[in-house]
Amino acid sequence: MRRAVASLALLLAAPAVAQTALPPLAYTQLRDPEQERRARALMETLRCLVCQGQSIADSDADMAGEMRALVRQRVAAGETPRQVRDWLIARYGDYVSYDPPVSRATLPLWLAPLVLLALGVLVARGSFRRRGR
Amino acid sequence: MSAGETATGAGPRRARWLLWLPLCAFGLVLAVVLWGLWRPADRTVYSAMVGKPLPEFTLPAIAPGKPGVSSADFRRGTPRLLNVFASWCVPCVAEAPQLLTLRAAGVPIDAVAIKDTPADVAAFLQRHGDPYASVGSDPHSRLQLALGSSGVPETFVVDGQGVIRLQHVGDIRADDVPALLRALAEARSPR
Repeated sequence: MRRAVASLALLLAAPAVAQTALPPLAYTQLRDPEQERRARALMETLRCLVCQGQSIADSDADMAGEMRALVRQRVAAGETPRQVRDWLIARYGDYVSYDPPVSRATLPLWLAPLVLLALGVLVARGSFRRRGR
Repeated sequence: MSAGETATGAGPRRARWLLWLPLCAFGLVLAVVLWGLWRPADRTVYSAMVGKPLPEFTLPAIAPGKPGVSSADFRRGTPRLLNVFASWCVPCVAEAPQLLTLRAAGVPIDAVAIKDTPADVAAFLQRHGDPYASVGSDPHSRLQLALGSSGVPETFVVDGQGVIRLQHVGDIRADDVPALLRALAEARSPR
């Protein structure tokens, strides 16, 4: 009897736990597949701010869900992914994007591959020339 | 047989100093790692909205007997605090006494309750004290995202023209109060 009452209480308690409901678009795709594709592509480049190694597309954090809803809503309202991204960057800084724009702080990041490639070409040329002798 | 003699091509003199290169590279990596251990990077996400006007918003009331919050409330000439909190947030309980201290010092404080219910907010205010002039409801963190806030609690110092002057991330500790009062005093004078 006691066990039955306890399980009934648990059953009733479940909806109370779910009271902090996420906006519907957090886990629902947009009806227009083209818009959903664009929204999805943007979500994969946006950082989840409470779980900083993940994108909002990958995260189950509440805040990531709210950001997904925001992205979908704005894309559905006709904004381009670029506009949505700029809106978020204006609020959270470049950190919110996994696609950092070229700035003084990120310049080494963009230049390093080119420098390394050039270095590799130089080294390769040197060793080929030596072998050819 | 010494290392200099085994080096091919470039000659022994050049090869000798090249031998130290890996050790130097290792030392450099070690230094970077030690630096990271000594001073871990600050992962706090700060809002880029500091220095900019508050976004336009109107939030419905959620606390009994208190109005909701709108951006117009922050353009009436006196600096105010905008406290982002939630009844389910534990550090919000920790900062409650400090908010009461600020209220007692004459600071008007408006609040945004994130993902909350009227019953929970009422219980929270009854239990931990009520420093708020108004409390608005933000069920889907819309205003929080518009503010560039990434968690609860956070507190914004807003001057009399509605411009955000300071963001305090995390709970307000007792030793944060003087800095907030100073920021509010500075917000009284135009930039």
